[in-house]
Amino acid sequence: MADDQFIRNVPGMTEVLGRRCVAVAGCGGLGSNAAVALVRAGIGRLILVDCDRVESSNLNRQAFDQMDVGKPKVEALARHLKAIHPGVKLVTHCRRLAPGDVEPLLCDADLLVEAFDNAHDKHWLVHEWVRCFPGRPVVSGNGVAGMGRTEELKVVRAGNIWFCGDLHSSLELGLCSARVALVAAMQANVAIELLMNQKETP
Amino acid sequence: MIRVNDLFEVPWKEGLTVQGVLDFLGWDYALITITVNEFYVPPDEYSAHLVPDRADVRAIHIAHGG
Repeated sequence: MADDQFIRNVPGMTEVLGRRCVAVAGCGGLGSNAAVALVRAGIGRLILVDCDRVESSNLNRQAFDQMDVGKPKVEALARHLKAIHPGVKLVTHCRRLAPGDVEPLLCDADLLVEAFDNAHDKHWLVHEWVRCFPGRPVVSGNGVAGMGRTEELKVVRAGNIWFCGDLHSSLELGLCSARVALVAAMQANVAIELLMNQKETP
Repeated sequence: MIRVNDLFEVPWKEGLTVQGVLDFLGWDYALITITVNEFYVPPDEYSAHLVPDRADVRAIHIAHGG
């Protein structure tokens, strides 16, 4: 990596984030954009989980390009992330995450970025994460649909769970690149703050 | 009295459970995440988990992502 890649980071951030591991569950609009933000910040290691392949309809909001269409999302995203920071360590799982996978696949993560699109899947994943790793935070994307309405986006904490989004919008509204990326950036920003204040996982 | 999401007040009574709080508010969301005084309450414990007086309850409805 270029020696000066992180020279404009907040002082102290690069050293701490370089030792941290984040799991990103879902590599679509929220997960792919949050992962890019985390790698640009200097995160040391990411665990990426998604079972889908990139489709043309993903390109309006997800961190992929035309060359990625047809490829597994975790592989395409890993290539983009390595192009940003070759030193980042990546573990990819091209599979549909099931409740029984959470402990064995995500156990190395200091924090989970929950970035599924389906509300039902979000619900069980947050539950399983808290059950398996009660001391570790989860940052969940919650309500991103539609356009504008920036003032409705917020961060709400419930115990060790942080929710980012408008907390109510329905997918029937459609999805806008800027609004999805805003919520993804909020997730990454919350994650960075939590990781900076987190004690090392034994 | 307990507070929910810093917005709603629910009268406390002996034996009040998480499910009792949801019933009082008329909330029947299937996809909801709840903490009581910062501690996560699993869905299968809503009917048994007692809510102490002056508890801080967070009840967050889960919406779709993107």
